[in-house]
Amino acid sequence: MLTASELRNTIVKGLSCDHVEVLGDDGQHFEAVIVSPQFTGKNRVQQHQLVYLALGDRMRSEIHALAMRTFTPDAWAQSVNK
Amino acid sequence: MNVQEKIRNQVTTNAIVLYMKGTPQSPQCGFSGATVQILNACGVQDFATVDVLANPEIRDGIKAYANWPTIPQLYIKGEFVGGSDIVREMFEQGELQKLLQTAQV
Repeated sequence: MLTASELRNTIVKGLSCDHVEVLGDDGQHFEAVIVSPQFTGKNRVQQHQLVYLALGDRMRSEIHALAMRTFTPDAWAQSVNK
Repeated sequence: MNVQEKIRNQVTTNAIVLYMKGTPQSPQCGFSGATVQILNACGVQDFATVDVLANPEIRDGIKAYANWPTIPQLYIKGEFVGGSDIVREMFEQGELQKLLQTAQV
């Protein structure tokens, strides 16, 4: 069964991240918060596409649902300081 | 008409199109149902929906069309807006309401 920490590792391998949190313990449904400098200058769709790219086949075969919030380092700093 | 052409036709001839699992009255997935509720909360009752569970070709085709692996997918005026997370985020920030207004004129 896919665990949240395996999923986290897969994301980190494919995308340079400042911060990643993944929650979910049923092997199929996960929630993630991802902060990456690679998101800078990209819209939300493009940001999520980068995460899907990092997940590759796992997204199609193993993961039923991944709820995601993506942040650039700047947006993340602002949201933390709010 | 191949599947990609069919999808392009659907999203360009309808101002608002939601690709979902099930129907607005009977959604078959929580994410699809939540997206319908958000559109309704924006005052939008009249939008086209495509049930991908009833259209396996579209279910695969739409993932390639937007390079997006999940359902639901919302299109406004031919543009892919996002999946359920993005739609929710845009709703919470008031962006979705503005975008929908431009589509309904």
